[in-house]
Amino acid sequence: MTPVPHPHKILVVDDEPDVEPLVLQRMRRSIRAGQYTFVFAGNGVEALELLRQEPDIDMVLSDINMPQMDGLTLLDQIPKVDPNIRCVIVSAYGDMENIRTAMNRGAFDFVTKPLDFNDLRVTIDRTLRRVAEWREALASRDKLVALQNELDLATKMQQSILPTRYPQASGFSLFGHMEAARAVGGDFFDIMTLENGRIGMAIADVSDKGVPAALFMMSTRTLLKGAAVGLADPGAVLREVNDLLNDDNEASMFVTVLYATFDPASGELIYANGGHNSPLVVRADGSSELLRLTGGIALGVVPDFQYGQNSVTLEPGDTLVLYTDGVTEAMNSAHEEFGVERLRAIFASGPPGDSRATSEAVFDAVHAFAGDTPQSDDVTCLTLCRSESGS
Amino acid sequence: MEISNERDGGTLIVHAAGRVDGSNSQEFQDGLEAVIEDGDRAVVLDLEQLSYISSSGLRVMLLIARKLQRQQAKFALCSLSDSIREVFEISGFDRIIPVHASRSEAVSAVAG
Repeated sequence: MTPVPHPHKILVVDDEPDVEPLVLQRMRRSIRAGQYTFVFAGNGVEALELLRQEPDIDMVLSDINMPQMDGLTLLDQIPKVDPNIRCVIVSAYGDMENIRTAMNRGAFDFVTKPLDFNDLRVTIDRTLRRVAEWREALASRDKLVALQNELDLATKMQQSILPTRYPQASGFSLFGHMEAARAVGGDFFDIMTLENGRIGMAIADVSDKGVPAALFMMSTRTLLKGAAVGLADPGAVLREVNDLLNDDNEASMFVTVLYATFDPASGELIYANGGHNSPLVVRADGSSELLRLTGGIALGVVPDFQYGQNSVTLEPGDTLVLYTDGVTEAMNSAHEEFGVERLRAIFASGPPGDSRATSEAVFDAVHAFAGDTPQSDDVTCLTLCRSESGS
Repeated sequence: MEISNERDGGTLIVHAAGRVDGSNSQEFQDGLEAVIEDGDRAVVLDLEQLSYISSSGLRVMLLIARKLQRQQAKFALCSLSDSIREVFEISGFDRIIPVHASRSEAVSAVAG
C-alpha cells in the first residue's frame, strides 16, 4: 500500500466478545502506524447503524453466524447504505455452502477461522486497494458526467438563441444555419426586423467554449438586439455592444461580429466588422468579391473603439454570404483548409438565387471537402439573396 | 503545440510551434505563463513555427498581452506566416499587439 494521509477505517462485525481485543492486539502495529483504525459491531443491525453514522468506513469484515442479523443478510443490506463498501466474510473452515452464498451476494473475499492475521492483513490490503481504485474510477466518471452536462447545457443555450423564423417579404430571402462541433461552441447568428423595412443581420463567433462562453454569447446577442433597434448605423451598434461587453469582462473573452443592415427596397447593404471574416458577395454571373474589412477589432477587447462601416449595393440576383471561420478553416484528411477560394468556386457558375439553396450548397461543399475528418469548430453560414427583378 | 524560450539580453523570446486550437489552448496559456517571469519587461513571441491558431488561441494572446501590460512589459510578435498574419488582421488583434516581420525588428522594438 502506498502511504495514505489518514488510516483506513475497518468495521469488524462479530458477536464473540473476544474478537475486539484480539484484533486490536494483533493489529496494534498497523494501528499505531496509522495504517488502520477499527470499529466494532456485535451483529448486522449494529453494523448497519454504524455504517450510517460513520460514512468514512472503507470496508467491512463480518462473521456469518450472529444473533439479530447474520452476515449473509448484512451483505444484502450494505449496498443500500453505501454501494461502494467492500465486505470480507469470516467463515468456519470448510463451510463452503455459506462461503458460496456470501460470494454470490457480493462479498469481495473470505477468510476462515481461526483467523490467520498475516493472511488477514493481505486480504485487507487487497480489499482497500480495490476500494481506492473504485473510488478513483467513480470520481473520474463524475467529472466526465459534470463536463458532459456543462457542454450539453452550453449546446442547448447556443441552439436556443438561433432564429427559427425568417422575415417573409418580396424582393429577398434570408436563411441561416449552424452545425455545432462536438464539445466546442461559440458561433451564432441573428436577424432583426428594423424600422423602415430594413433588416439587421449578425453573425458571430465567441472565442471560448463551455457555459461561460455560452453566457457571453447570450449577452452579446441580447446587447446586439438592443443596440440594433436603437441605433441605425452598424458601426455605432458595434461600438455600443463593444463598450458594454468591455464593462465586465475579466475572463478576457471576445466575440467576432459582422453586423449588417439591408434595405430591400434599394438593395443597400451597410456593414460593420468587429474582427470577423469578410462577407462574400456573389454576383448573378457567378463572379464574387470579398467585401472590404472595416478595420474593427473583435468585440470585448478594446473599450471606446470607433468601429467603421462600409456600404455596398446588392443588385437583383446578387447573393450575400456571411460565414464563420468554421467554413474557411474546415479541414480535410490532408490537413488542408477549405479556404475562401473554394467558397467562391461553389458559385462560379452562378449563385442558386435562393438563400436556403445557397446555404445548402456551402454545407454540401464543406462536407464533401472534409470527408471523414472530424469537425473541430462550429460551421455557420447566413445567406441573403436579393431576388431578380420582377420575381 | 510546443513552447520553448531563450533570452536575448534583457528580452525573453518565446517560440510557439504547431497548432493552437480549443483542445490545447489551456496548455498554450499555461506554457506561456510558465516561462514569463514577473520581472520580465520585454517579451517577444516568435510564431515562425506556428501553423494554426483558433480564436481560443487568440484569447490566450489577449490574456498574455494584458498580463504583460499589467507588469509594464513591452510585448511584440514576430515571424508570422501568411495565414497566421491573416488571422491577426481579420480579428483586429494586430492593432493590439505589435507584429514585426523579423525577430531582430521585434527585439529592437521591445528592448530599452
